[in-house]
Amino acid sequence: MHKILFKIAQVGLRSEPAPAADDTLRQGAPRLNEEVLRLFGRALAIRHVDAGSCNGCELEINALNNPYYNLEGRGIKFVASPRHADLLLVTGPVSRNMEEALLRTYAAVPEPKLVVAVGDCGCDGGVFGENYASRGRVANVIAVDVAVPGCPPPPAAILQALVTAVTALAAAKR
Amino acid sequence: MAPQLPGISLTALPGAVPAWCAAVDTRQWRSGCEAAVRAGARLAALWASDERDAGGGYAVRALYVLFEGLACLELALPERDPRYPDLSDLYPCAGRMQRAAFDLVGVRAATPEGAAPDTRGWLRHGAWRETAFPLRRDVSLAAALEPADPRYAFVQVAGDGVHEIPVGPVHAGTIEPGHFRFSVVGEQVLRLEERLGYKHKGIEKRFASLTLEEGARLAARVSGDSTVAYGWAYAMALEGLTGTRPGGRALLLRALLLERERIANHLGDLGALGNDGGLAFGLAQFSRLKEDLLRANARLFGHRYLMDRVVPGGVACDLPGAAAVEILEAGERLAEELRSLRAIYYDHSGLQDRCITCGRLAPRTAALLGVVGLAARASGHAMDARAHPGFAPYGELQPAVASHRNGDVAARIVVRFEEAFESLRLQRLILERLPDGPLRAPLGAARDGAFGIGWVEGWRGEVIVALQSGAHGRVRRCHPHDPSWQNWPALEYAVIGNIVPDFPLINKSFNLSYAGVDL
Repeated sequence: MHKILFKIAQVGLRSEPAPAADDTLRQGAPRLNEEVLRLFGRALAIRHVDAGSCNGCELEINALNNPYYNLEGRGIKFVASPRHADLLLVTGPVSRNMEEALLRTYAAVPEPKLVVAVGDCGCDGGVFGENYASRGRVANVIAVDVAVPGCPPPPAAILQALVTAVTALAAAKR
Repeated sequence: MAPQLPGISLTALPGAVPAWCAAVDTRQWRSGCEAAVRAGARLAALWASDERDAGGGYAVRALYVLFEGLACLELALPERDPRYPDLSDLYPCAGRMQRAAFDLVGVRAATPEGAAPDTRGWLRHGAWRETAFPLRRDVSLAAALEPADPRYAFVQVAGDGVHEIPVGPVHAGTIEPGHFRFSVVGEQVLRLEERLGYKHKGIEKRFASLTLEEGARLAARVSGDSTVAYGWAYAMALEGLTGTRPGGRALLLRALLLERERIANHLGDLGALGNDGGLAFGLAQFSRLKEDLLRANARLFGHRYLMDRVVPGGVACDLPGAAAVEILEAGERLAEELRSLRAIYYDHSGLQDRCITCGRLAPRTAALLGVVGLAARASGHAMDARAHPGFAPYGELQPAVASHRNGDVAARIVVRFEEAFESLRLQRLILERLPDGPLRAPLGAARDGAFGIGWVEGWRGEVIVALQSGAHGRVRRCHPHDPSWQNWPALEYAVIGNIVPDFPLINKSFNLSYAGVDL
């Protein structure tokens, strides 16, 4: 036990500040009103769905949970069921074999809900594109609020997309 | 020296790894396989292709790993009723590969008695019907195929008190999609059946729409966690068929990138295994160390996961002299951290209690299933393509192969620790002997129909790319093969008799790729 405590004391706090919202990541005007977004912003529950990625985006979503990004310290946490979630974080081009699972997961998230598409594939189908087995970008299957490009987007970029999703338009705030 | 398969004359393939190929007839397809079994060979991969445009019918290829190297047997099949002798009785791992080959190309494995024992769809699910074959050349990449009934006949387990637990495809954590069907009594797992293929997104068809050089970028995204291994295997295959020889500096830089990929993944797994074993402290510490490594990768090489850094002909990044010092110092610090965390893991009775004897894959089972890579090494099989047959530059680096006999979760943890230390040693060695020289050799011309193979020991196991060039520098057929093809069935065995709550821990200890096998 003393070794664990010593290690924790030795390493100290590594958390870094979160990035600010970026309106360019939006896929249209926010669909939820400012009051709901404010509440989400204080305690956001996320359900991740891999709809056909190469698993690179999953590495970065997992990295988002490391101490540097202090996710739970910001009130953001990943949950095990879509029924507990406010936001779906979707990766990959949507494979046709995952299309129904994605639609059912989306339906299981209670309203009001948000969707963030992650990575080049989630944004536009990426290197895989649309084909006999792939529906391409996430927005081809479910409504997307915010999309973050990158192959894969680093954790700070995914965090920025989450912050953007729960922030009202900068113009609307003034 | 060429391996001996009676009655089959093997032709050497040019390239970085010892490999041979031969066209065989139906009888030799089977006798060659039997000879491979007698020689103690493994079946590495099996895939099919449409050759009707080249005046033939279809073709199926089996790739064996013999002591001397790789042997690829190619069997031409007629256009009408393309059937070939089933290999799944000799190599159980052939079963799913044969099912995938049918779903994509429509060639059917058969026994003298009739159909192969398992002919259920593997990749197609509801996305296309049993009568459509997307990898045939008369089906376009963008074809809108008729959807089918996605239901799947899982094997039923009957008995007093037996019930099923269906899990997935969407899982409770941040992991890839797949379906696990547990048949249990109380908490004990009687049987696990996996159903994969959810991520199938037409990668092999997509390859055929690209030039040979463009293919590298797609290969690097077959399984993102092994992007360096895939990038290298693809480059090796392309360099083989074009007669291109990357320089010494480029090869050592590739090895540096591959070892950093191994370290990063092992750090991630060691943290996740601690977490699944009830020691969240482990996740916090190892994920911090992994992040430090990824950030250094971004700073020094331009990408956190080193995607697209290996390119055909060499590498797309260099290492300035000052960076070598930085890497060496960071390596020393990481080794020190690893030693202290290893002491904590090995002393932690709660974690050890969860891991020792849990999810045991016996050495004999591992051999029967043809298990490869880290999982094989943790079950007593000290195989590692870096050490044998070895590919440049590993001959001069002499990597030590970690192994363990117990085959349980604890053994897979031990092997990861040992490999992380060994990769740090290799990294030091590489930086000490890195010569000056060109980073990228110009690619030679690719003849229409030339064939090349790449074989790289990634962190999970051997990654293989079989590449055939077409006319005008295009990809004719590319089959990327992930070690997870062999290791997924082993997971079904490793969980038998364990309790359901230990499944996440056992699953993570293998950490197999879904994307890599769903293609």
